[in-house]
Order: sequence, then structure tokens, then C-alpha cells
Amino acid sequence: MSKKQLIQELVEALGQENVITEQEDLVCYSFDATPDVPNPLPDVVVTPTCTEEVAKVVTIALKYKTPIYPRGSGTNLCGGTVPLKGGIVLLSLKMNKILEIDPENLVAVVQPGVIIQHLNNAVAPHGLIYPPDPGTVTTATMGGSVAECAGGLRGLKYGVTKHYIMGLEVVLPNGKVARFGGKTVKNVTAYDLVKLFTGSEGTLGIITEITAKLIPAPETAAAMLATFSSLEDAGNAIKGIISSKVIPATLEIMDQVTIRTVENFAKVGLPTDAKAILLIEVDGIPEVVAREAEAVEKVVIENNGSIKRAKDEQERENIWTARRAALPALAQFKPTTVLEDATVPRSKITEMLLFLEQIAEKYKLDIGTFGHAGDGNLHPTILTDARDKEEMERVHKAVDEIFAKAVELGGTLSGEHGIGIAKAKYLELELGEAGMDVLRRIKNALDPEGIMNPGKIISN
Amino acid sequence: MDYLRQFPEIEQETIKCMKCGNCQAVCPLYQETKSEGAVARGKIKLTEEVLEGKLEYTQRLAKIFETCLQCKACAVACPCGVEPDKIVLAARAKLAQERGLPSIKKLIFKVLSSPALFKTGLAVGARTQGLFFKQREDGQSTRIPISGIVLRRVIPKLAKTSFLNMVPENNNVPDARMTVAFFSGCTTNFAYPNVGTSIIEIMKQNKINVIVPKAQHCCGLPVLMHGDVATATEMAKSHVDIFSKYQVDAIITVCGTCGESFQTNYPELLKDDPEYSEKAQMLAKKTYDFAQFLVDVAVLDKSKLGPIDATVTYHVPCHIGRSMKAAQQQLEIIKSIPGIKFKPLKDPDRCCGGAGSFSLTHYDLSYDILKHKLDDIKSTGADYVITGCGSCRMQLNDGISQEKMPQKVLHTAELLAQAYQNA
Ligand SMILES: Cc1cc2nc3c(=O)[nH]c(=O)nc-3n(C[C@H](O)[C@H](O)[C@H](O)COP(=O)(O)OP(=O)(O)OC[C@H]3O[C@@H](n4cnc5c(N)ncnc54)[C@H](O)[C@@H]3O)c2cc1C
Ligand code: SF4
Ligand code: SF4
Repeated sequence: MSKKQLIQELVEALGQENVITEQEDLVCYSFDATPDVPNPLPDVVVTPTCTEEVAKVVTIALKYKTPIYPRGSGTNLCGGTVPLKGGIVLLSLKMNKILEIDPENLVAVVQPGVIIQHLNNAVAPHGLIYPPDPGTVTTATMGGSVAECAGGLRGLKYGVTKHYIMGLEVVLPNGKVARFGGKTVKNVTAYDLVKLFTGSEGTLGIITEITAKLIPAPETAAAMLATFSSLEDAGNAIKGIISSKVIPATLEIMDQVTIRTVENFAKVGLPTDAKAILLIEVDGIPEVVAREAEAVEKVVIENNGSIKRAKDEQERENIWTARRAALPALAQFKPTTVLEDATVPRSKITEMLLFLEQIAEKYKLDIGTFGHAGDGNLHPTILTDARDKEEMERVHKAVDEIFAKAVELGGTLSGEHGIGIAKAKYLELELGEAGMDVLRRIKNALDPEGIMNPGKIISN
Repeated sequence: MDYLRQFPEIEQETIKCMKCGNCQAVCPLYQETKSEGAVARGKIKLTEEVLEGKLEYTQRLAKIFETCLQCKACAVACPCGVEPDKIVLAARAKLAQERGLPSIKKLIFKVLSSPALFKTGLAVGARTQGLFFKQREDGQSTRIPISGIVLRRVIPKLAKTSFLNMVPENNNVPDARMTVAFFSGCTTNFAYPNVGTSIIEIMKQNKINVIVPKAQHCCGLPVLMHGDVATATEMAKSHVDIFSKYQVDAIITVCGTCGESFQTNYPELLKDDPEYSEKAQMLAKKTYDFAQFLVDVAVLDKSKLGPIDATVTYHVPCHIGRSMKAAQQQLEIIKSIPGIKFKPLKDPDRCCGGAGSFSLTHYDLSYDILKHKLDDIKSTGADYVITGCGSCRMQLNDGISQEKMPQKVLHTAELLAQAYQNA
């Protein structure tokens, strides 16, 4: 059966307006935000408008044994949407309705193509928020962030996407539609299949509806900037803050390379001779915020740091502007930015930071490290040029060592960006053979034909 | 703008793009189409593939690159400092070279790019328009589609006498403290001459002489926008010649794209021309949006402003805001008028979708973008929408008239002139 017939059937099922085949347009769906991965063209891109149409696409794909790659906004950093083996890219962006906001049950029901920020805008009038806030809140879709189990700046206190997903509707690789979970806070009916599909990276099915948990918006917040002249002091302060029973909403770190690059780029007044800075925000009711801010200040000073509290909204904004500028500022430095998200237990942060400095030295690479220090999720960012083959070899070796170290320290390959293509080959390092076997069995049980986002997570 | 002539140089710009997709959040075309090819990131990927020789200069490629408003929202939002609008321009220039210009546009450009035709052609149009257009009170819409352009659009009546034919070259005032040269631009010259006469009135109130060089013509941006670099360069040279002749303190514009031409495009287009480069830079330094000039340079005489009892809102034209950076000054002028109640738009600098001839060639898409602006305007309850660009004004007028909304659109200069009259 030919490609032509496949496309013909898709057109019959979805209408011409939802089937894209011109080469120039296909190029636009051959890539995502991931550097240094192949960008092959899909055969066709489809834009279904409802669950039934998604199911039709899956049925047709199954008939032609053609791969399907679900895609939201294509901002993932692990090659998750790249159509590695050709086939159908299935775009969720036309399924972008907020179906229900239910303030009584503190839930919202949305289609997968809804942008995270749009959900937040819609629930704001009810005094509610949807906390997961990846750096891409204004662009990433709910579907993509559920499929990646995205984290964000507030992860330390508020958790990540999986803590907010209560129910899912999924089109399975056999074309059937299943629903798991729902609006109840408690649900122990059978296996937790909502969690299985959250973070499944489009390899087990296509998410077509999401029931998400909302929480009341915090009343106030205090933002602080702590400066340290050694990485050890900064690392100890992180541990100290948590052991003093304060869980900041946000606790971020930047190393010296990052501080200097950001300051050069954003000019927000960062201390460029500091070895590390912490950007901290506590939030909640005013009394608690005041008490927690004091506790944080005390710990920082005890660990030889100095600390400044944002006096007004402008100063607070400056602190977060600096943090948001981290990746882009580093990215301006060199043409290619290889961003990792190896994560270690909080107590091992210092060790990891020092190790990253050594790696930069060893392989003569520019590495800036920043990240969600409070939850051990670091973003070592290697600045390079994909056209320089020799340097890329060193980059790949450095990345190998970084992952090995993260796992050795009891950490994980990915805190929030997912495995995709980029990290598939390291998986066994963390899961071992037995773990890999479980993964394969799950994949084979649900997707025996291997049509659902092939080449991701499980590389063969 | 070397890359406009030597396409591969654009690689310096494309390589900066990290494909983060942040531009999706701000691109008005992406908001409507959800299509990766509509937004900067997709276009940059396409450019890369072209540079690598993986894509041909096809018709589809040309279509994709035509679909960009040049609103620069992506450039401002881009964390990596990429200027995607320039990449698009460069690609259009290359496509024009490889494929020739789109035929409808050829016709329009022929008129715009020839100073003589420009003056007579449209003037003839003004006298004969009744033959083709159904007259309406607020403007007019065409009865018959011209060369494949769907014109449901309401187009302003062309002025019977163009601005340039209406006023003398020298508009001197006694005890003048400064002299400026005024570049009117096409929309003021042909559709809204009142904006031009308002400028002369405002300058008079502020004791400033206005020279209106009679030889001026279209700034050339519409031509450049579509990749005709050679013609745009000729038009740039012509204006450098015309305006260098005058000893003036400043060159004043009333449209973001005209101002951008003098401020940025002429120096870049003429960078490698030993005869013109320096002169173009001199002019660029002296060029201001009229509001910028009045607020930052000449210090506007606010004591003589009479009251205007009206609720107004302000739409920021893309090239006034993001290119000339003159939006604050326009706002300051509006807010300094006694009696004015100012109701800001929720999203004042979102593109209105006009984007020059884009509104003609992509009418439906352009109108979809406009609808967001119209909703925003409605929710302010304003009597007047003030804006600083004739092209936006045409677009807003079209929507307001189609949707039967009560608002009137005025240029900031007209509002200010009215305030002086009310004194
Ligand atoms: C500058 C930048 C900053 C970032 N910051 C963060 C951060 O702070 N935290 C973080 O966690 N991530 C971050 N990311 C990564 C990325 O933004 C998130 O993973 C985001 O949630 C992806 O959403 P998307 O809509 O772009 O998904 P896509 O990239 O389109 O898809 C992601 C994955 O989900 C699958 N998928 C998409 N839709 C569906 C569906 N409906 N059903 C099943 N599978 C589907 C795809 O196949 C793919 O595997 C960042 C990325 C960039 C470029
Ligand atoms: S143009 Fe800028 S904002 Fe858009 S994808 Fe590239 S780097 Fe990101
Ligand atoms: S200039 Fe405007 S329309 Fe063009 S890509 Fe950028 S944001 Fe989109």
C-alpha cells in the first residue's frame, strides 16, 4: 500500500484542510527545540480537530503500519517530536478548547492543544492557578507538557505536571479511546494509568483530553537574591534552607559563567565576581512569607553569603528576568546550545556543580550551569558549534560523563526534559536490564506494531 | 543589509536561532494559523534548508515567505537576539531574484517607484475612482475585483488634491526657533492630507518652520518589503539627494515605515556606496517621528493646548513602537491634552494586520488579525482610536466600518492640531 493511498485516506477522513503534504511545509515539522538530532521529513502532517478524528488517524496509520508522531508546540528538548522514521506528524493545535473550569472541584478540563498560559489566564479570575510553569509556559501545550511531565521554576514547592493531572482521555495505539481518572481527589481504582500516560512522551497513545488540578493562587511572595564566593557555601545554603523547614516556591542557582553571561546580556545588576548566586522566592499568606524570608536570610548569612530582598515589584521582576535570561543569554554566546537536565539528590548539588567545573576544564568546553537547585535539577549548558565536528566529539564525551555521574550520585538522567531520542542510549545506565525489560514489555503490550512515536525512549 | 544582496550572509542571523519557539507566543500570524511555517522559527528552518541546498526556490516557498507582517513582534520577544523580519526580507529579496516579482505587486511598484507616475497616477485615480468604487460615507469599497485581489476592503477616498499639491514648499513662521523638513509619505499625501496640514499647524504653534520638499515620493519600503532591493536602493538614493539639499534641524515623519526607511533602511541599503553612505547616515540621525521630535527635541508648548472632551484609546503601529520606538512620545502628547480621557487597549502593540499590501493580498487572514484589535477597541468604549500611521488607520477604518462600530480613527497629529485649535 502506497504513501499516496495513505494520504488519500487521511484526506477522506479529515478533509483536505487538515492534511499537509507540501515539502516546504513538511520541513517545518521536521524539527523541534532540540539541537544535534537528525531532522528527517515526515510524509504528511495532520491537524485533527476532535478525538474521533485522532482515532481515525490512528486506525489508518495502523492499517498502513505507518508511524505517528504526536506534536504540540514542538518546544521539547529531547527530540521528542522528530519524525525519525517518516510517517505522520499529528498536530494537536486545532484541539485547543478549554472545555470546563470547575472552581468547586478545583479542576479544569482541557483539550491537549491548549497553551499552558491560556489555561492560567482563564482560571485567574477564579483566584486559581495551574502551577506547572516550564520556561515555555506561553508556548507549550498542555498535551506536550503532560506527555513530557514538564517541571518548572515552582517545582520545589508545588511539584511538577504529574502532580496536577487527575484524568486523561487517550487514543490508544489500536485506535480505541480510553478514559482514566477524573475529577475526584481520591482514586485508587486499579493501576494508576493516568500516571503511566503522564510522561509517556507520545509513545503509548495520544492524549486527547486532560483533567487538571488547580490550586488557590498564593496571596503574596518575597523574592531574594543571595550571593556566594564559593560553590560549597551556595550548596550548603541550599541544604540549610530546606533543613530549616522552609520550602521556597523557587530556589534557583546560577554559576559564575551564567552570571557573567546574563549580566552582559540583560544588565540587571548581578554580582559578576560571585562564584554562585541563589534566586529564592517564598510565597503564601503574608505572615508566613515574612517568617520564611527571615529564615532564608539567616541561613544564607550563616553560610557566608550576602542576601538582598526585592523591595518592590520592579526588583522582584529584575530577579526573575535574570533567571529567565539564563538560557537565552548563554545561547547567544555560541551557535549551538546543548542543554542537559541531569538531576541529583539535593544533598549532592555541590558535588555535581564541582564535577561540572572539572568536566568543562577537562574537555575545554564552555559550560554554564544554572537550574532548579532546590530540587537538584541542574541545567548544565554546553555552548558549542554543531559545525565544528572535533568540538562536538568532546561535547558528546562530556555529556556521557555528566550522565554517568548523575546516576552514580543517585540521581537521574532527566529531571524534566524527558528522554526522547537524545537520551535513549543512556537509559540502561539508570534502569538496568531488568528495568529496560519492563519498559519494553509495557511498550509492546500497548503498541505491538510500534507505530506510536518510534525511536523515542526505547531506541529500537 | 549586505545579506539582501548576498544571500548566504544571512547565515550569521539564522545560526543564532535556537528553535526555542518563543516567537510562537507573539506572532499574530501564528495565533491565527497555528502553522509553523507562519512563524519566525519555521521560516528560519526553511532558510537554513535553502542555504544548505536542500530546498528550491519554489512557488510554495515564495508563498510562505510572503506570509509575514514584518511586525517585528518576534524580534522583540526572541531571547537570542535574532531579527527574523530581516531574514524574511532577505529571503524575499532572493526569491524575487530567482523567481521575479509577483505580478500584482509589479503593477503597484511601478507606480510607487516612479516619482512622476506616483504623483500623477494616483491623482488620476482620485478623479476617476467614482467610476470603479461604490461611494460610502466613511470610505468606499470596490465593486469589482482588480487583478485577482479580493477587495471587500473599505478603502479611503483618495484626496482630490494631494497634500503635496495643497501646500507651499516653505511654511515659515515669524521668530522661528527651528526648521524641519517634512516627509509626508503616501497615505498622508493621497488619503489623509489633513495629517500633513496638521503638522504644519502644530509646528507653527511651536514656532518651527516646515519645509515640504516637493520632489519627495514614496519612501520605498513597500518595494523593499517585497524583495525588490534594486528599486528600493534607487528610491533611497533619490531621497538622500532630495533631503540633503536642505539645511534643517530635523526630518519629520508621520508614519512608522517612512521613518524607519530614513532611520534604518537607507543607511543600510547605501552602506557600501561611497557617494551616498555618509549622507544617508547624516539624514538618519536627524530623522524623528513628529511626536519624538516634539517631546524629545523641540519641547512642545503645552500651555497653548485647548481642551478636547473625548474618550480616546491608542493603537501602537508596529513600526512606530518596535522600530522607531516613538510610542511613549505619542502617548505623552495624547495624555497632555486637557479633557482627554485615556483608556488603554489591553494589547496596544499587537499588530492590526494591515502590514501594507498584506491586507490586500491576504485579506481574510489580515481581517482575522484585525478582529482582535477591534474587540480590544470595543471594550475600551472610546470615542476615538488614535494611531500614528496611515496604513494602520486604513486597516482600522476598514474594520470599524465593516463591523459598524461608532469609533472614529484619527492620527495623533490631527488630535494635537485640534487641541491647538480649541485653545
Ligand atoms: C527555552 C526552553 C525552556 C524550557 N523550559 C522547561 C522547563 O523549565 N521545564 C520543563 O519541564 N521543560 C522545559 N522545556 C521543554 C518543553 O518546553 C516542555 O517539555 C514542554 O512541555 C513541551 O510542550 P510542547 O507543547 O512544546 O510539546 P512538544 O514538544 O510538541 O511534544 C513533547 C512530547 O510530547 C508528545 N506529545 C505532544 N502532544 C501530545 C499528545 N497530545 N499526546 C501524546 N503525546 C504528545 C510529543 O510526541 C513529544 O514526545 C523548555 C524548552 C525550551 C525551548
Ligand atoms: S527566532 Fe528567536 S524566539 Fe524564535 S525560535 Fe528562533 S531563537 Fe526562538
Ligand atoms: S515579523 Fe511578525 S508576522 Fe513576521 S514572523 Fe515575526 S511576529 Fe510573525
